[in-house]
Amino acid sequence: MDLVFALLVPVIIASVALYGICHRVDVYDALICGAGGGLEILLRILPALVGLLTAVYMLRASGALELAAGAFAPLLDTLGIPPETVGLMLVRPISGSAALGTGAELINTYGPDSYIGRCAAVMLGSTETTFYTIAVYFGAAGIQKSRYAVPAALCADIAGFMAAAFAVRLFF
Amino acid sequence: MAMAFIWTGMVVLSLVCAILTGNEAALAAATLEGAKAAVTLCISMAGILCLWMGVMEIMKRAGLADKIARLLHPLLRRLFPDFAKDKDVMNTIAANVSANLLGLGNAATPLGLEAARKMSRKTPGVAGDSLCMLVVCNTASIQLIPTTVAGVRMAAGSATPFDILPAVWIASLISVTVGITAAKILSKVWRN
Repeated sequence: MDLVFALLVPVIIASVALYGICHRVDVYDALICGAGGGLEILLRILPALVGLLTAVYMLRASGALELAAGAFAPLLDTLGIPPETVGLMLVRPISGSAALGTGAELINTYGPDSYIGRCAAVMLGSTETTFYTIAVYFGAAGIQKSRYAVPAALCADIAGFMAAAFAVRLFF
Repeated sequence: MAMAFIWTGMVVLSLVCAILTGNEAALAAATLEGAKAAVTLCISMAGILCLWMGVMEIMKRAGLADKIARLLHPLLRRLFPDFAKDKDVMNTIAANVSANLLGLGNAATPLGLEAARKMSRKTPGVAGDSLCMLVVCNTASIQLIPTTVAGVRMAAGSATPFDILPAVWIASLISVTVGITAAKILSKVWRN
């Protein structure tokens, strides 16, 4: 199993390159263009991360995060979610960069291979910025009556958080 | 504007909490550390993020997105029964979902918005069942390779930043399934 994980990334890269060559794609040019797009993403998230990591560091230093985690701990424990992730779950539906900042802070504090670090990573990877997405989609389509879109999307988010903690316990 | 209130709230709450709990010195140090950590994080995740964006671009140019879209058609017809016969809308939705799967958020959003605009012509101003379903599918992250998160894990010193992939897939699958089920159930009980 360890060997599969270790080889997963090189195998994906090699197969994609071969697949591209077979379909007459200038693989190297595509790689370079795409990588340039990665820099644009970084430039776009850096200013937001500076603002948000400052706020997250302040919250952590002030003891506010521990207080919130303590308040939500009994509820989260029954759901099987580590209470340390409460801040991440609160910002996840509202702002993608805030969630990334909060998650990165958890991953750095507890270690990327710890239970909490992995939970935070899986939560980030398996949920979306729900309210932002709904606002953009309904704004573009000129929708005033959103009906059940918000409750249904929030159900998916809550299920995603619980499933993230469950899946991490399952695999590690 | 929402973020303005949230950010101000976070900062003010920290200040009040720090004074109440006697953590003033730590708070002052934290304001500087946070800003520095953001830059360090961006630099240390830059390599892996750029590399994967490059690999995704190869997938896109090799027509992998179109291939996934064709595979998705039978499933999507069931999720969007109101538009199953509308080829134009179905193709746009398929392209949106396959771009999401490949983690091409920049490509996925315009496609999704186009599909949403076309759907809303049937029921102007009101989100029909299929439009609600489209929004739920786009708010539940369905991504094969979560590049950014892997970048953060790598930056934090993980030896195998991608070993969370199976867990991410399972969690995403459960989240999407619950979202779709909730939308289907609510579509039956929701008035107007």
